[in-house]
Amino acid sequence: MVEAKTVETQTLPQSAPGEREFMLDVRTQDMEVNMGPQHPATHGVMRILVRADGEVCTGAQPHLGYLHRCAEKIGENVEWLQYLPYTDRYDYLAAMNNNLGYSMAVEKLMGIEIPRRALMIRTICAELNRIGSHLIAFGTYGLDIGAFTPFLYMFREREWMMALFEKICGARLTYSYIRIGGVFNDAPPGWLSEVERFCDTFEQKWQEYVDLLMVNHIFVQRTANIGVISRAMALDFGLTGPMLRGSGVDWDLRRDMPYELYAEIWKDGVFSIPLGRGEHGTLGDCWDRSYVRVMEMIESIKIVRWCLGAITPGPVIADIPKTLRVPAGEAYVGIENPRGELGHYVVSDGGKVAVRCRVRGPSFTNLAVLEELMPGALLADAVAIIGSTDIVVGETDR
Amino acid sequence: MLLGLLGAAQTGTNPIREFLEGVKPEAVPGWAVALTAIGIGVGITVAVISVIAMFGTWLERKVSGHIQCRYGPMRAGWHGWLQPIADGVKLLLKEDLVPKGADRVLYVIAPALVLASVLAAMAVYPLAPGFFFADIDLGIFFILAMTSTTTIGVVMAGWSSNSKWSLYGSMREAAQVVAYEIPLGLSLLVPILVAGTFNLLEVSQAQAGFFGLNWYVWPWVNPFMLPAFVLFFIAILAETKRAPFDLPEAESELVAGFMTEYSGIRWSFFFMEEYAAMYLYSVVGAFFFFGGFESPLTWAAIEAFGDGSVMHQVAAGTTLVVKGFAGVFLMMWLRWTLPRVRIDQVMTLGYKYLTPLALVCVLGAGLWELFLAPVLPWRQG
Repeated sequence: MVEAKTVETQTLPQSAPGEREFMLDVRTQDMEVNMGPQHPATHGVMRILVRADGEVCTGAQPHLGYLHRCAEKIGENVEWLQYLPYTDRYDYLAAMNNNLGYSMAVEKLMGIEIPRRALMIRTICAELNRIGSHLIAFGTYGLDIGAFTPFLYMFREREWMMALFEKICGARLTYSYIRIGGVFNDAPPGWLSEVERFCDTFEQKWQEYVDLLMVNHIFVQRTANIGVISRAMALDFGLTGPMLRGSGVDWDLRRDMPYELYAEIWKDGVFSIPLGRGEHGTLGDCWDRSYVRVMEMIESIKIVRWCLGAITPGPVIADIPKTLRVPAGEAYVGIENPRGELGHYVVSDGGKVAVRCRVRGPSFTNLAVLEELMPGALLADAVAIIGSTDIVVGETDR
Repeated sequence: MLLGLLGAAQTGTNPIREFLEGVKPEAVPGWAVALTAIGIGVGITVAVISVIAMFGTWLERKVSGHIQCRYGPMRAGWHGWLQPIADGVKLLLKEDLVPKGADRVLYVIAPALVLASVLAAMAVYPLAPGFFFADIDLGIFFILAMTSTTTIGVVMAGWSSNSKWSLYGSMREAAQVVAYEIPLGLSLLVPILVAGTFNLLEVSQAQAGFFGLNWYVWPWVNPFMLPAFVLFFIAILAETKRAPFDLPEAESELVAGFMTEYSGIRWSFFFMEEYAAMYLYSVVGAFFFFGGFESPLTWAAIEAFGDGSVMHQVAAGTTLVVKGFAGVFLMMWLRWTLPRVRIDQVMTLGYKYLTPLALVCVLGAGLWELFLAPVLPWRQG
């Protein structure tokens, strides 16, 4: 393991001349605390070296790489279609979105026309997965703050979401369902009506979460004015997703760089883009980021409902050969993952294997801001800040 | 601690000792009787604490389970009632680990000290109106004094573990307990002012009659009693390290706080202390605000079998257990609902709000007792 770069120490407070000798006697030393790799608040195997003066953090340094699985390199050694299951594994909470991003990048190179029903099912799956991912994000955030029960309530709804995915593709976490050219198979009979029922139930339960946790006085006290990311800072660090929108920057790839059906959905005025408003404190604090995630869930439900209303029968996958030969060229596709912009940059030389397969993971970029936010925070706030960045370590390390 | 227990057992009257005095043959010396009485008393206390703590852990798991849409333990016995026993056996059989670099002596003593403090406090806990080990005049004072020594054990555990998380946990515990001892003591002063005694049994007797309308919590007895009870309840949450004040063992921040390095039976000592303390404080709350032994069950038993009969004792003891666990249930309910507050918020709440409010309550209750209580018709007699 590489030795940690020393975090800049806090300078001692200036003392009056008379106190000088006394101050030297009682000089304190900052404590270095290893948060992780096994720590309940790091959401996976990540190590954060916290330098603390009592309860106050004076510096923090995230250490990555505990979950590195060479995903990108694998992408350059296996066939196009064979890489798809590996995409499931970087952001394992939003596997559908990862599949979608990679498939779209390859489709862009190949110039495939996707059947409309496939686009519909893709959108439904991606949005349902976004709900599931935000449920985990918000639930574990409550857990970080100390509320255990809402987390399990959210698991109840996520369980249903996973059961829906199990019905459509057989897997609960790593789906590999969205394929290059469409989706693997058509939705089973009755699936779409069950999604409708899920939407109805979820809207009620969503209100429960808001009442139980979002507006809970202790929760607000713990998250408001903590870990404030200003607009400029959010842009400087290249944050994306709820981290960016929590700071009030109106940027969502589904609207601003629309892909698949989103241009159409946006034109129909189906969904809006929730932004942090600094309702309980400074704009861009932890509460705002949670607020954006919670509101996005209900926006996703609206998108799913639109798709359920507009879906028509038809083929679900374009006619593509078993062994793909992708035309030479390069393509970058960025999609709005639950955590931000998930970019896939693929280069092909016309062969069966990619020459370069680069992934831009939102968790990785969003994590960078941590070092900036931690100094001055209390140890409990540090946990709240880490939780609000909503990282998935599988994606930061890949 | 043990000395305190012995001292408490020797002072005042004690039904066990009286019974033994009555049946002892001439040849047996007096000190042997006293020692035997103490032995029996300690044995019963330990047994009661263990049963309460075991039931507490089971109840916690069932309550949390049902709050969270699941069942909790279901396999060991009917609805998992044997689970605490299975857990206890498992913990007993675990390897006795002391981390490298730990201060071995302190590390071993700490859990025993923590448990001993609550055991000692239990010495003045009357199981029934006529069944107690030590009926001392400073009963509640003794309980508060003994339970506050828990902190020493926790700080010892945190310091000796040679772990930074443990140290954080124990420092938080020290800060928190010091801050909340004050409102706890002050809020208890309000019923003590009204009752005019520190003795638990006498406080219970003072609230007898009028079918529970004399319970101290009612505003017509003293309007400052209800706010005092709220303050008392918040303070005992902090004292027993329960959510939302579970900072010393905040699992998402400090791994397991001061217990991080503990395992096996030593770890279970901390747990037993927690549940026993929760129960003990709830019982104190029941004595000082909710009529102690008074309940419809007790009145019925007195009506049917006579005052001081065995059935009366059983009914009164049951009443107290029910009231105690009602408080424990409330604490569990809060734990599984609320998020955790931050250390500076805990301190702010304790020093800036609870302590002044408790002082106001004491002042108000004192003035009420001085000027209004002598003229209110329902306070005479």
